[in-house]
Amino acid sequence: MHHSGDLDMTRRGLLLGTAATAALTAAPFRAPARAATVGETAMPPPATGADAPSLSPVLSKVTFTVNGQRRDLELDTRTTLLDALREHLHLTGTKKGCDHGQCGACTVIVDGQRINSCLTLAVMHEGGDVTTIEGLGLPGKLHPMQAAFVEHDGYQCGYCTPGQICSAVAMLDEIKAGVPSHVTADLNAAPQATVDEYRERMSGNICRCGAYSNIVDAISDVARREA
Amino acid sequence: MRPFTYERADSPAAAAAAVERRPGAKFIAGGTNLLDLMKLEIETPAHLIDVNGLKLDTVEATPDGGLRIGALVRNTALAADQRVRRDYGVLSRALLAGASGQLRNKATTAGNLLQRTRCPYFYDTNQPCNKRQPGSGCAAIGGYSRQLAVVGSSDACIATHPSDMAVAMRALDATVETVRADGTTRTIPIAEFHRLPGDTPHIETALLPGELITAVTLPKPVGGTHVYRKVRDRASYAFALVSVAAVVQRDGGGRVALGGVAHKPWRVEAAEAEMPRGAKVVTAGLLADAKPTHDNAFKLTLVERTLASVLAEAKGQGERKAETP
Repeated sequence: MHHSGDLDMTRRGLLLGTAATAALTAAPFRAPARAATVGETAMPPPATGADAPSLSPVLSKVTFTVNGQRRDLELDTRTTLLDALREHLHLTGTKKGCDHGQCGACTVIVDGQRINSCLTLAVMHEGGDVTTIEGLGLPGKLHPMQAAFVEHDGYQCGYCTPGQICSAVAMLDEIKAGVPSHVTADLNAAPQATVDEYRERMSGNICRCGAYSNIVDAISDVARREA
Repeated sequence: MRPFTYERADSPAAAAAAVERRPGAKFIAGGTNLLDLMKLEIETPAHLIDVNGLKLDTVEATPDGGLRIGALVRNTALAADQRVRRDYGVLSRALLAGASGQLRNKATTAGNLLQRTRCPYFYDTNQPCNKRQPGSGCAAIGGYSRQLAVVGSSDACIATHPSDMAVAMRALDATVETVRADGTTRTIPIAEFHRLPGDTPHIETALLPGELITAVTLPKPVGGTHVYRKVRDRASYAFALVSVAAVVQRDGGGRVALGGVAHKPWRVEAAEAEMPRGAKVVTAGLLADAKPTHDNAFKLTLVERTLASVLAEAKGQGERKAETP
């Protein structure tokens, strides 16, 4: 049986190759704009002097843990945590959707809490502990939430799925920790693990394929097993 | 995004001094609004001072029975605080009605107060906007204004303040505490913190350059039934068309503040005297000077109906049981 892994080519490699070809075809006399963000070592040194206008990119060092592994980086200060993960650490499981905190595709877990990695700077996470979809589980050793998404078909195209799964894992922890939500009837009682709660609490993760009902089934399944 | 230099501050006064020293410098805390605007080059700070290490992240009881909320307390933590849930339910409800779980985990108390408007013409850098570029004009006036202000607006700006949290804080008579570069502190009543647009819509708060918010203080609890009702185009994760924050006492009196209708949380204390007489009279007082556009005149009716629903809920006649007895 043929397996896609038999080919010495990843989907990402294929897409990047196609994009480079397209860029060369469309603008043969201009370097692809992408190179400016990928070639971090080619950056000029930071502007010196307290009041110097910082018109050129500024580099800054930062160290944090990603999926249990210490990572030392020197990044343009503008680099979001999302771009640090994808472009510098090549952890491409975390997705860039809107890049403005509206879609949730970039959701990762930092210091135990789910956040939009597109709306935070990498340099702001010195000493932080980041968990991405790759850190939750891997093929052959899936996290229960990953396995439940597979079992319940909680996706179609799959692009929002890593964000949905990271969000769902941290969301169930928020309910366990007693954090109320907009639909919690009694603010002074512990919130319950219900479908209404999941729907409200997952509203920061958009699925354009509309796999919501199966996503809710997957989350309910995991919550039931953990209870 | 424009390049910028970056430093971490180790004390509130040092942070204020760092901003005062560097033209174009800004504080960054949660970053959920600032980074969005920096990507669009609506905000273009040349230097960022990260204030996340300032240890302003606790909620503490005050000697007079209120609460002092550190500037860096995250929206999730504040909404979940047992004392806030018990004594200031309208604040928990307002926080939980805003943004998404991910954003609330990052967004801070001070940053929420300092949110910029979501007016589509402020966001569209191809359009004139007196708030983004003073003197350039206002494309929202005569433009698509369904979401925009109906009261307190000016010929220069009809933007609204997007915060839910601030509306509840206005109803609760909160006070904003600040520090300046020389270490001097002051307190600003929330009523005076946000400004109306007037001729200078780009100046949104009473803060002076370099002034840093350190805390928001709530006076001792006033009891009553706390309700926050937000009307929006989606059931979750959308800005308000209209919102009502109310604290209603047994005699039918109380307090009401509105969101989604003005450049600041909208409260008219004189109108509150009419609360026992019902939503119609109170709304007439709240929106007496309203100047809606063709697109958003519906908000006047929507405020009255939402307030009627809130008052009914507070009396225990509503669809949802009152949160606090």
